[in-house]
Amino acid sequence: MFNRPRIIPTLLIDDRDLIKTVQFGKRTYLGDPVNAVKIFNRKRIDELSILDIGATKNHKEPDYEILKDIASEAFMPLSYGGGITNLDQVQELLKIGYEKVVLNSAFVRNPELVTKSAELFGSQSIVASIDAKKTNSDYKCFISDGVEETKWNPVDLAREAERLGAGEIIINSIDNDGMMNGYDINLVKSVADVVSIPVIAIGGAGGIKDLKEVLQDGHAHAAAGGSMFVYYGKLRAVLITAPSEDELTAAGIYNC
Amino acid sequence: MIAILDYGLGNLGSISNMLKVIGEKCKITNNVEIIRRADGIILPGVGAFDAGMNKLIDSGIADVIKDEANRGKPILGICLGMQLLGTRSEEGTLPGLSLIPFECKKFSFEDKSLKIPHMGWDIVEFKQHHPLLDGLSGLQRYYFVHSYYAVCEDQDNVLMTCDYGIEFTCSVVKDNVMGVQFHPEKSHDFGLGLLSNFVKICNHNNV
Repeated sequence: MFNRPRIIPTLLIDDRDLIKTVQFGKRTYLGDPVNAVKIFNRKRIDELSILDIGATKNHKEPDYEILKDIASEAFMPLSYGGGITNLDQVQELLKIGYEKVVLNSAFVRNPELVTKSAELFGSQSIVASIDAKKTNSDYKCFISDGVEETKWNPVDLAREAERLGAGEIIINSIDNDGMMNGYDINLVKSVADVVSIPVIAIGGAGGIKDLKEVLQDGHAHAAAGGSMFVYYGKLRAVLITAPSEDELTAAGIYNC
Repeated sequence: MIAILDYGLGNLGSISNMLKVIGEKCKITNNVEIIRRADGIILPGVGAFDAGMNKLIDSGIADVIKDEANRGKPILGICLGMQLLGTRSEEGTLPGLSLIPFECKKFSFEDKSLKIPHMGWDIVEFKQHHPLLDGLSGLQRYYFVHSYYAVCEDQDNVLMTCDYGIEFTCSVVKDNVMGVQFHPEKSHDFGLGLLSNFVKICNHNNV
């Protein structure tokens, strides 16, 4: 484990609403994304990821207006994914305050965008996102918010992302999304062990022990989550929250 | 007013967002007149060394930065912007602005668990007293993303260090010219404190 692995709340937006999904399906409306970002800023979180899950499906551009509002409240590293199809959009996102862009559908459909973006803006700004789902005995990768199956398995797609020039990989378990029962450790580990770039795990985090497990046993470089940062308690009351510095240090996740 | 130099690379929006919180006027610009009128200059930058130098030269502001630095105007380089203040970098072939004598080398580790780039939050150590660090007490933590690091010829130019596999210089200073490898604009109130100090330095300077 690294001295201080990043813990990354990931907010899903659709048509300017903050939402949360379960297994990429059932949605819950949570409120206003800008307000959530203000709270995360006060909590001094390590990094924040914003994903617009409606953009690609609905063939929409990134919604720069709300993304600017979010960036103006976020004094931490920020990444954005959703609806990105060309270099101009990547440049605009970097300009308005996002360090990293997350490519999922575009990375499979148009791999050259990963390479060209990395050449122009540096690998560190390009994150390849892999959404994987268990099939009979193996995993398959999906794009377009989990609706379109690809020919790829996650291990080969992760290698491909590194070869194309991505600086980081997000590995997401569609099966574990929103379940809050822990990460798919085998999936994360299979990807983290075959690439030399940092791997961010997402999908299934329910609490601090899950974060620790995926960092330790899953060999993830950073742990991201959705539900555990927007819900409180068994009944899932909506509460924007994040483990404190002290809690993460006590759990042995932060060592500096 | 602080001029945030726009030469086509960098996280300009984030820096102006933080200066707004501090309450300082700023302009994102490549206009020579505005740069000359500014109380201080921030040189941001993300990307490759030669691409950065070429863009500074093409946009006609490389010479302005040097002139203003030599007149005594406070200048803060951030990330690649800091690296461009030095003499050269292993990443490229072009000379840097050469305002501070240092060159940049690439991280290289036997230990493969130390990934490159160095990406994430890290604690820094202050190596000298300086107005840029006034009032910053306790552990100071900043967000880093970089593969190259500064190696100063003269230890007097080392303002802060950090530890990632090796102890390396993460902040440089020479007179009115300062540079930080990390991103204060993305480092919560740690960065806010540092940028507030830079604003104070600019506003107490009469150049």
